[in-house]
Amino acid sequence: MYVDANRMMGELGMKVLIKNGNVFDASRQQLLPSAIGIESGKIGFVGDIPAGFEPDDVIDAQGGIVSPGFIDLYTRLCEPGDEYKGSIATETAAAVRGGFTHVCCPPDTLPVNDTAAVTHLITDLAKRAGNAKVLPIGALTQGLKGEQLSELYTLKEAGCVAVSNGVAPLRNFKVLRRCMEYAATHNVTIFARPEDASLAADGCIHEGQLSARLGLVGIPEIAEVLSVSQWILLAEETGVRLHLSQLSCARALQLVEQARRRGVKLTCDVAIHNLVLTESVVDGFDSRFHVRPPLRTEQDRQALLAGVNEGVIDAICSQHLPHEEAAVNVPFAESSPGIAGVETLLPLVNLLVGRGELILEKALTALTEGPARVLGMTTGSLCKGASADLTIFTQQGETCIDVKTKGTQGVNNPWFGFPLPGQVLATLVDGRLSFRLV
Amino acid sequence: MNDSFRPKQIQLNRYGQLKHFLTLDGLDKLLLTEILDTADSFIEVGERSIKKVPLLRGKTVVNLFFEASTRTRSTFELAAKRLSADVLNINISTSATSKGESLSDMLQNLEAMASDMFVVRHAQSGAPHFIASAVTPQVSIINAGDGRHAHPTQAMLDMLTIRQHKGQFDGLVVAIVGDILHSRVARSQIQALRTLGAAEVRVVAPNTLLPSDTDALGARVYNDARAGLRDVDVIVMLRLQKERMEGALLPSENEFYRLYGLTDEKLGWAKPDAIVMHPGPINRGVEIASSVADGSQSVILNQVTNGIAVRMAVMSMAMGGMTVEKNELASTQAELTANVR
Repeated sequence: MYVDANRMMGELGMKVLIKNGNVFDASRQQLLPSAIGIESGKIGFVGDIPAGFEPDDVIDAQGGIVSPGFIDLYTRLCEPGDEYKGSIATETAAAVRGGFTHVCCPPDTLPVNDTAAVTHLITDLAKRAGNAKVLPIGALTQGLKGEQLSELYTLKEAGCVAVSNGVAPLRNFKVLRRCMEYAATHNVTIFARPEDASLAADGCIHEGQLSARLGLVGIPEIAEVLSVSQWILLAEETGVRLHLSQLSCARALQLVEQARRRGVKLTCDVAIHNLVLTESVVDGFDSRFHVRPPLRTEQDRQALLAGVNEGVIDAICSQHLPHEEAAVNVPFAESSPGIAGVETLLPLVNLLVGRGELILEKALTALTEGPARVLGMTTGSLCKGASADLTIFTQQGETCIDVKTKGTQGVNNPWFGFPLPGQVLATLVDGRLSFRLV
Repeated sequence: MNDSFRPKQIQLNRYGQLKHFLTLDGLDKLLLTEILDTADSFIEVGERSIKKVPLLRGKTVVNLFFEASTRTRSTFELAAKRLSADVLNINISTSATSKGESLSDMLQNLEAMASDMFVVRHAQSGAPHFIASAVTPQVSIINAGDGRHAHPTQAMLDMLTIRQHKGQFDGLVVAIVGDILHSRVARSQIQALRTLGAAEVRVVAPNTLLPSDTDALGARVYNDARAGLRDVDVIVMLRLQKERMEGALLPSENEFYRLYGLTDEKLGWAKPDAIVMHPGPINRGVEIASSVADGSQSVILNQVTNGIAVRMAVMSMAMGGMTVEKNELASTQAELTANVR
């Protein structure tokens, strides 16, 4: 794979033409039929083919959609430390199959990504793999212990696009406030997973009807709502750029909207499965649906869908969490939460668009321009001179991920072997075909 | 999308016969009545001098107790032996999992020893479902209590006890008192009582010992014992575990006893012929006064006796249903093989 990537990277003068596609323009929120030309890894033109452009390769988009490459704000790559679950090579390969050109990886590696050395290790391995571009998220506190600040400036310099304490709780508000002040000093974005650790303790599903009936310990909605309000108030106080990861309930979104109206610098995302499913699938103790935050009620799901359609939610993420068989083939509460979902995200978006639950342009914005804005990056749009990071997909046909040929090393995804609408035709990273449907 | 993942009914074979016994959720009145009637017929076996029937002769039953238990494990063991099964008792807390062996590996090893039935008690809600659906679907699984989820044989022996004393379920008002939140017994009892047609099921507890969504239980909630016990036919007291005094669920045993402990005075609020039940083991002076536990309205020891009969009924029915399914599978495979030839 190392050799392959280099060979492909080496072909710098290469010209590629993408024809018969509808190009998504996030700024105008529309799809326009036009051609795209790529030269030396950059976008050469969008629109009419200039005279004398002789492509080395032509990609037929077959009437499908040509979008800026998708950006995932949460793809756990498991390396270093959890290579039995996945590696940077396997999980970035899965990402490009799913149409992602950029993935953010959380800091909960082993060792924790709280030093420039670990950040460099991750980005080096990612370059060597040559699939999606990896944007590491650094640890907010050393060892994610919630006690001492990490070297945020050094991490930013090393290439971390944001910092986070992952799912590790921050119990001390004095420490948290200082972390936020220090991050604000260096203009570092904080990714927060809002969940009050004491209220969520031992919980594994939404606290509600089903938890009452099944006798599983619930994670109450208030655990998220309370935490969201605390994060927002501290962000308002410290002026830090705050991103709330994987919101799961309606009331959390209301707090986000209210804070924005007051002028708080705030973005948020939602995991795809919280847009598709509700708590009731857990009936039968099926550990494939053990996710955190938990699947909540239909009312919450509708609010999250509306959040994407109205632009309150900036991004849809895969919350890709690959696991091995032994981590999931156990009783529900003992199973490791998460879905290895980076390959099924787009088909599920197609499903929701097909049902009229999501507006296509809004969903695409939440996969491109939205997450780019969260990260303060200029990628996420298609204009002349930009890196040719592109996703070409169609809403026709179907995707059915075969467990034998899947990209991810993870075994945990309820939609493996399940036909879903649409197909990723090709994913280009710096103008290079990282994935092409054959 | 949720519809695509609706859980399958895994307890029944295609003729609607029990093959696993995991929960009462989803079982109909006819089947529950059949369990009670079958149990009735086994009560007589316990009264003979030779207390055996050959229904499970040649079958191997493994008692897998991942949590300590005396009463439930003993009655399951006696039930299996009275059905003439070979019984193996495994106390897991001192066995394989402490060596790091996974649950799946251990159960598949036991399956390879030609076990026909696992009686499973586990601290995790849903563990028996997991075993029946994902680990050893060819072994009949009997739930002997899983986490806070279900204890269906306990609920059925309680139903048998109620039917013996009250004759029927129609019109009965039943109050379940105490720690509903953590109780697998209460969840199964409520399901059984509703399916069998009790007029009203009440739960009597402070809010800290109730699930947040009490509507899902299908019972009327009473915080006040006087109101909750008024004119009831049956009182079920639940065991209050000492751990509940931690974590701010209750201030003290004393205050709980004052408000909810079943004393003679509180018993007086119920109907004069009300019966008092308790799944055991009882904490005298915590949830029930000794004078009530040993009093004339107490049927606590009847419950224990009925436990053996009910477990014999469930084990023989589930073994029957599973055998039917396995025989069909075997004959289909034999046909396939014959066709290939």
